[in-house]
Amino acid sequence: MDRPASTPKVNRVGLGKQDYVGSPSTLCKGCGHNSVASQLVQIAYDLDLRPQDVIKLSGIGCSSKSPAYFLGQSHGFNSLHGRMPSLGTGALQANHTLRAIGISGDGDTGSIGLGQFKHVIRRNVRMVYIVENNGVYGLTKGQFSATSPEGHELKYAGTNQFPAIDICLEAIAAGAGFVARTFAGDAKQVREVIKAGLSFRGTAVIDIISPCVAFNDEPDSRHSYAYGREHERVLQEVGFIPAQDEIYIDDYDPGSTQVVELHDGARMTLRKIEAGFDTADRVKGIARLLEADAAGELLTGIVHYDDSRPSLAEVSEMSETPLSMLPDASLRPSAAALDAFLAGHA
Amino acid sequence: MGVTLTSEREAAGPDAASKVNDFSLVVATANGTGSQTANLTLLRSFFKMGIPVHGKNIFPSNIQGLPTWYHIRVSKHGYVARRESAVLVAFNAATLHEDVAALPEGGVVIHNADLRLRPERADLTYYPVPVKELLGGVDVKGKIKEYIANMTYVGVVAHLLGVPLDVIEEALGHHFGKRRKLVDSNLEVVKLAHAWAQANLEKRDPFRVEPMGATSGLIMMTGNEAGALGSVFGGVSVAGWYPITPSTSFIDSLREYLGRLRRGPDGRATYSVVQAEDELAAIGIVVGAGWAGARAVTATSGPGISLMAEFLGLAYYAEVPAVVWDIQRVGPSTGLPTRTSQGDVAFSYYLGHGDTKQVLLFPSSIEECFEFGYKAHDLADRLQTPVLVLSDLDLGMNNWMGEPFEYPSGPLDRGKVLSAEEVDALPSFGRYRDTDGDGITARTIPGNESPRSAWFGRGTGHDENAKYSERPEDWVKNMDRLARKFDTARTLVPPAVVDLRPGAKLGIVAYGTTRYAIEEARDLLAAAGVATDFMRLRALPIGPEVGEFVAAHDDVVVIEMNRDGQLAAILRDELPEQAAKLVKIAYLDGMPLTAAWVAERLVSHLEGE
Repeated sequence: MDRPASTPKVNRVGLGKQDYVGSPSTLCKGCGHNSVASQLVQIAYDLDLRPQDVIKLSGIGCSSKSPAYFLGQSHGFNSLHGRMPSLGTGALQANHTLRAIGISGDGDTGSIGLGQFKHVIRRNVRMVYIVENNGVYGLTKGQFSATSPEGHELKYAGTNQFPAIDICLEAIAAGAGFVARTFAGDAKQVREVIKAGLSFRGTAVIDIISPCVAFNDEPDSRHSYAYGREHERVLQEVGFIPAQDEIYIDDYDPGSTQVVELHDGARMTLRKIEAGFDTADRVKGIARLLEADAAGELLTGIVHYDDSRPSLAEVSEMSETPLSMLPDASLRPSAAALDAFLAGHA
Repeated sequence: MGVTLTSEREAAGPDAASKVNDFSLVVATANGTGSQTANLTLLRSFFKMGIPVHGKNIFPSNIQGLPTWYHIRVSKHGYVARRESAVLVAFNAATLHEDVAALPEGGVVIHNADLRLRPERADLTYYPVPVKELLGGVDVKGKIKEYIANMTYVGVVAHLLGVPLDVIEEALGHHFGKRRKLVDSNLEVVKLAHAWAQANLEKRDPFRVEPMGATSGLIMMTGNEAGALGSVFGGVSVAGWYPITPSTSFIDSLREYLGRLRRGPDGRATYSVVQAEDELAAIGIVVGAGWAGARAVTATSGPGISLMAEFLGLAYYAEVPAVVWDIQRVGPSTGLPTRTSQGDVAFSYYLGHGDTKQVLLFPSSIEECFEFGYKAHDLADRLQTPVLVLSDLDLGMNNWMGEPFEYPSGPLDRGKVLSAEEVDALPSFGRYRDTDGDGITARTIPGNESPRSAWFGRGTGHDENAKYSERPEDWVKNMDRLARKFDTARTLVPPAVVDLRPGAKLGIVAYGTTRYAIEEARDLLAAAGVATDFMRLRALPIGPEVGEFVAAHDDVVVIEMNRDGQLAAILRDELPEQAAKLVKIAYLDGMPLTAAWVAERLVSHLEGE
């Protein structure tokens, strides 16, 4: 039904939601990745992001196509299979003031790009690193990916004989300070977690179980909508409060809700659902992930949070002006500097 | 035709005068014993005496123990190619006999007397040096003693060849800089050995040095240092890299120079050097930075180029500037990691699957390393494509004389980068729209304030607006434009340098460091009555001057350091109508070419062998 024409709603930077959309998706109808893309449109609108302050980066695969489907007014790069992290590292060293949204998949991150995934975390490059995880290779028609559980059966691929690589476990092991898992079927959680990730100091890893309706959505598949709905175990209810918004502490019971101050002044609220879970405890996070895997649970929420490690730009003592914006005069040293140097080699 | 070449040995001649400032000396030691300081001290001393000089380190892929040779050539004529060494400093027991056997007739052996040496050859002059005894009175212990032991041959060589001690002191000062204590402790040993030699060794050979004025105003440094410096003066801001011999010193130098020259007034860095986990990531960082608008560089060698093929194919197709220094070593595979080669030319030129062609630069000197250091970035930005600078181990890691570098004459050429105002002034912006007809389209960089400036980089098929496209006509149009852009590159890269001599019939084509052996060989041929023309390529793709040179000669040889004649094959492809007359003289054993070898091969060619 058409709505009556009215002044379109705009956010604080004067943009409507339409200003954040991208090209029409060419992914399958019902693909989890499409819902993530539409959440990203909403997020950018909600956060009053200026498109020119955002870059979208991806590798290769179904997931990696999706940056074309949101934020059409932002620069983006759909690069090479498993190589988005290094491309992002270079882009963000060139301009550390950009907000980067990296979109990867389970093949792109868990297999061909596992090395770059671990190393971008190790360097703590400031970006949101989203893994749209469906446990299967879609574009090549249904092979197991490395995140598919051992013993899982698929029509084309038969029985998976190898244990799964857990994206969140790998992220924690590599030293990530922001590790979350969400479920594409839970739009609000996806949204709030990504918002918090965008305010993180370094690499925020978000493993989104994002079902593949074409090849891996049978109810017995751990990456299916039905399984997720049935087996989701939520660690906390995640909320996000932008930096400019007032916060009334009274609204939050310190016994049940943790308010986390994020790097840029925004806050993340974690209303505890699972008693005794501590996002600061790396070892407990790992233990809880292993336990959930053994129990067949889809564990979601913030699995680990620690913002004590500086980002790569901070470690690099990066100048305030992004390197890509420096005037030519400050790029090329003077003739006198050259002469002084050469004098030492005569 | 009959050409009689005067061999190097004969050229050295029986008369003593010809051995003054015109010979090669080789120091044989074991790797990891600290001989590099001693060798560089000798090199720098000859340089400071005003004698044209060049040193080549022939070292093993090893940290400690394997043999290493340092060749120093002094040449009053200014020749710097590798030349058979007549003076041997034998300090390595493991290679003693082969080193002595390799000497030409009338050679000299300065050897550690503690090594067992049977003087089998009566034609040689032997000078034993009692190293242990000499060091007996020096108050240092352990590893330092081993290092400092090498200074004994510096003292003896100084005496036998005639290097003044104050020049040695100056050279040590250059090496150690402000660390005066190290200068003193090394100098002490040099003086001790010098005094001993003066008292105990009677000069019985004709090899000597004498001060000349031929190096005043010149500088001396390695190609890697010069290339790194050139990059800094090209405004490089980001480097991604992974350690690999023989490129590592390029990045070490780059980091040092950036640290010195690229800190803002607040002390913060206006550069970033990231050591990556592998070459895949190193080039990813460079391409990412280039896309985002910062000049970026990496340095690597053959095995790294193999890994970078993926990203450089993407950068070619998505049209992202990037600069890669390939300090070539011997491949295939790990090959000879510490030996020099020109074996990556064909692979680099076509680097990437599909129809990819890359822009290559071939520096031959430290001056060109510096110049191409900044020009590579101008070209990469102007052409929005990777530029690979193909240096080699010989140029990159060894010390060469050169003229002081000229400061870049023009401003940085950032190419067609549109500002927000420029984008807004256009009816519409299409990232891959060829509005100028040169194949080069305008780009914008992330952070551009115009909402219309955004484009989506991709390695997938795209139309003029960077939108995904599988339409055959879009694909062909784009690839044809890229070919057109490559033709534009022909007009922008450094042209070949041509040297014509009256009466020459033979045209010689080469690139990079083979020039030194070739230039000397041309003089040898000229002395035998054969004039030659020489064209030194400095880049690919070729410009029109290359075809003109080849067309003007009935007889053309292409000399290079690889097995298959890679450039010759490329030239045959680029100049199909002249392909038949291009003859390859290609050889690779890991050692830089000598003039004698080049001259002999040219004579064989001329005599139709």
